[in-house]
Amino acid sequence: MAAPVSLQVEFGGGAELLFDGVKKHQVTLPCQPEPWDIRNLLKWIKQNLLKERPELFMQGESVRPGILVLINDADWELMGELDYKLQDQDNVLFISTLHGG
Amino acid sequence: MCPRSGCFREYFVHKFRAMLGKNRVIFPGDKVLLALSGGPASSAMLRQVQEGLSRETAKRLRFIPGLIYVDEGAVRGQSPAQREESLARMETLLQATGFPYHVAHLEQALELPASILRPGPGGSGEPGPSYKEAVEGFIQQQRQEGDGNSGTSLPSLGTQVGDLPAPRLPAAARTQELLRLFEAVETPTAREELLQMLRIHLILQTARTRGYAKVMTGESCTRVAIKLLTNLALGRGAFLAVDTGFVDDRYGDVMVVRPMREYMAKEIAFYNHFFDVPTVVAPPLPTKRQEKPSIHRLMERFLLGLQEDFPSTISTVYRTGEKLSPAPAKASSESQRCLLCLCALDIAGEEELALEPTLITEEPEWNGCCQDTAAAGAESRAAFIPLLCYSCRLTFKELGPLATLPPYVRAEAQRRIRRAEMKQQSQEVPLEDEEPGEG
Repeated sequence: MAAPVSLQVEFGGGAELLFDGVKKHQVTLPCQPEPWDIRNLLKWIKQNLLKERPELFMQGESVRPGILVLINDADWELMGELDYKLQDQDNVLFISTLHGG
Repeated sequence: MCPRSGCFREYFVHKFRAMLGKNRVIFPGDKVLLALSGGPASSAMLRQVQEGLSRETAKRLRFIPGLIYVDEGAVRGQSPAQREESLARMETLLQATGFPYHVAHLEQALELPASILRPGPGGSGEPGPSYKEAVEGFIQQQRQEGDGNSGTSLPSLGTQVGDLPAPRLPAAARTQELLRLFEAVETPTAREELLQMLRIHLILQTARTRGYAKVMTGESCTRVAIKLLTNLALGRGAFLAVDTGFVDDRYGDVMVVRPMREYMAKEIAFYNHFFDVPTVVAPPLPTKRQEKPSIHRLMERFLLGLQEDFPSTISTVYRTGEKLSPAPAKASSESQRCLLCLCALDIAGEEELALEPTLITEEPEWNGCCQDTAAAGAESRAAFIPLLCYSCRLTFKELGPLATLPPYVRAEAQRRIRRAEMKQQSQEVPLEDEEPGEG
């Protein structure tokens, strides 16, 4: 059982282009049986926030290679990647590195 | 990793200075044009330059920067309103730096002079001062002038120095012409190559006309590794060193350097996030439905995918590329350089014959018109071939009809074709002196 979780979800580096150009999203994830981890967050984002071209953001159940994920300003690789259990008031930032320099 | 506290920042800043210091090609007082795309890497590069110029005298970077931004919105599928918005945001960014800046539109590539395709005069005959001498001389000079000027003593006041008074969009007719050029290109790969070519020529033109001897471009390590393998696939194996190395001196009078080439895209993304480096992201080149992606996109997908599971992929590719060094610079005349990429022609006589028939038979659009045009069209298209290196020939095959190509390319090609013909004629008829109109 997962309690509702309030998060700030942000997009940068060009990833925001897939989300109507909106960089910051304040989201509240509803109560649900499965725990809220990054894996489930991504599914939720795909269903609720992603406006176009899902293949440019996700690949399988994870993000597309080239998209960085920061959880509270830390690399998600240090936090367990998809398995990280979200806490209330967490900040999750997706930065695309695909739009060159 | 400690983000906002010292060490990451120190590391990031140090890498930039070490890059310039190690290579010693940017001399004090050099005018350097920073090519900014608005993307993360070039924006981080700009920030490093700003940081480097503002330090205390002893450790200060010593060159004089200018900025250039090329608006490619038309070919990237942006509406005029979107282009205006990107331009406005970019201009705010550029103005805030206080450096002189130039805004160019890709449409202006249609007005470039043919001379842009000729390498400029290289260094003067006598060797200049060594890097060490130049630095010492500069410090001496600064001391004599007094330490009153702690600023960068830039000549202008950061106002826009450009051809257009404000970032207004080019005339619609020009935009249409540019779009026609891109739409006539047959493959996304050739489109990417064409875009890169027009962009670098525009930047080169600004550098030449405004007196910049150096240009800095923001290719990251990730971008360099992708470019290395992409260019290999494009047939540019002979030129990997100039295409991806720190120094690219094919243009003679203007040297292109790549100071960001040791920064991974990930590092740059973190730096920009933690230190609020502003960026203006442009959409990528659109691909038509049903079209296969370009070699560039495929290679990017391949390398980034591999990097996910094998995090040393990019750095291994990069390090392998580091082992390449450019061929020693021969004083090559323009007839030995590729018309489009200005690299040394890497193809001997025989192979061109194999390509020629394929070029003539691939001109169905001309057959609709009169036969004369067909013959002339085929002939002049084939005449371009000896002017191009191997990979540019492949790209050229996929460009649209000659009439859509930018005027400066056609003009310079005509010039070289005529010169080659005249040379051949004068060789064939060495002693006849009753030839009318002999050159």
